[in-house]
Amino acid sequence: MRELALNILDITENSLAAGAKHVSIALTADFTADRMRIEICDDGCGMDEETLAKVTDPFTTSRTTRSVGMGIPLFKYSAESTGGNFGIFSEKGKGTRIFAEYVIGHIDRMPLGDFGGVVLQLATMNPSVDFTVTVEADGRKGVLDTSEIKEILGGIPLDMPEVRAFLKDYIQENLVSIYGGRL
Amino acid sequence: MKSLEELKALREKMRSQTDNRAVAGSDETVIKVGMATCGIAAGARPVLTALLDEAEKRQLHNVSISQTGCIGLCRLEPIVEVFKGGQKYTYVLMTPEKAKKVIAEHVVNGNPVTEYLIGNN
Repeated sequence: MRELALNILDITENSLAAGAKHVSIALTADFTADRMRIEICDDGCGMDEETLAKVTDPFTTSRTTRSVGMGIPLFKYSAESTGGNFGIFSEKGKGTRIFAEYVIGHIDRMPLGDFGGVVLQLATMNPSVDFTVTVEADGRKGVLDTSEIKEILGGIPLDMPEVRAFLKDYIQENLVSIYGGRL
Repeated sequence: MKSLEELKALREKMRSQTDNRAVAGSDETVIKVGMATCGIAAGARPVLTALLDEAEKRQLHNVSISQTGCIGLCRLEPIVEVFKGGQKYTYVLMTPEKAKKVIAEHVVNGNPVTEYLIGNN
């Protein structure tokens, strides 16, 4: 993984595999404190305590094709290698919340990368799931709420080329512009 | 600034078009891109974006592009599976450039790009 946005995509794929109907993704940056935080929260099937304790071990996975699962360990490492924090909380049947905090200026912090592209992909490729994506920095806040957009569209799918083009610009102007090119 | 008001205008414009598209039906091509940790780390996201952009550019309405989990061949990721004419074609070690070529030559013109297929890698 060379971009934090890809970690976000990967972790969110876990939420989708857990049968989540709603996923919220929050990106918060505080440039004066030199900190940023990524938080992903879902209402999927959750995990029991035993699984939760093992989940940051790369030799724990739910997939059946092989016994290695790198998603969560890579996400954890991306934060801790910058002197930041990582946490995961889950309750069986309720959902999972995972966060990572970074020191923005640390030399080992990966660039955020194409966050807008990841949000676009998640929103358009998973029609049965609602996403709330929030970006906050410098006292400005931008939100993308796909349930609101679906309501306006009234049955027109989000992956129609015209809608996708609209969303691409909407994400760029309402979410990406909040942090600009600084992450 | 894009606003939700614009989205309402877009909806009105599209209402009339959607009806025709629903008819496309049987000769549909299905494309799946592996999007597990292995695929993502190998660069599956730009490949998926290239496929979507190319389909949009060419106005391909009988093509459905979606993502899937780990296909089980992590060292050959990014993997793109094309289901066309009752056959499955597995393209491996894909890049955005290769993806565009697959859309042009296979999906549009019906000639599989054999050099990218799994049998030749």
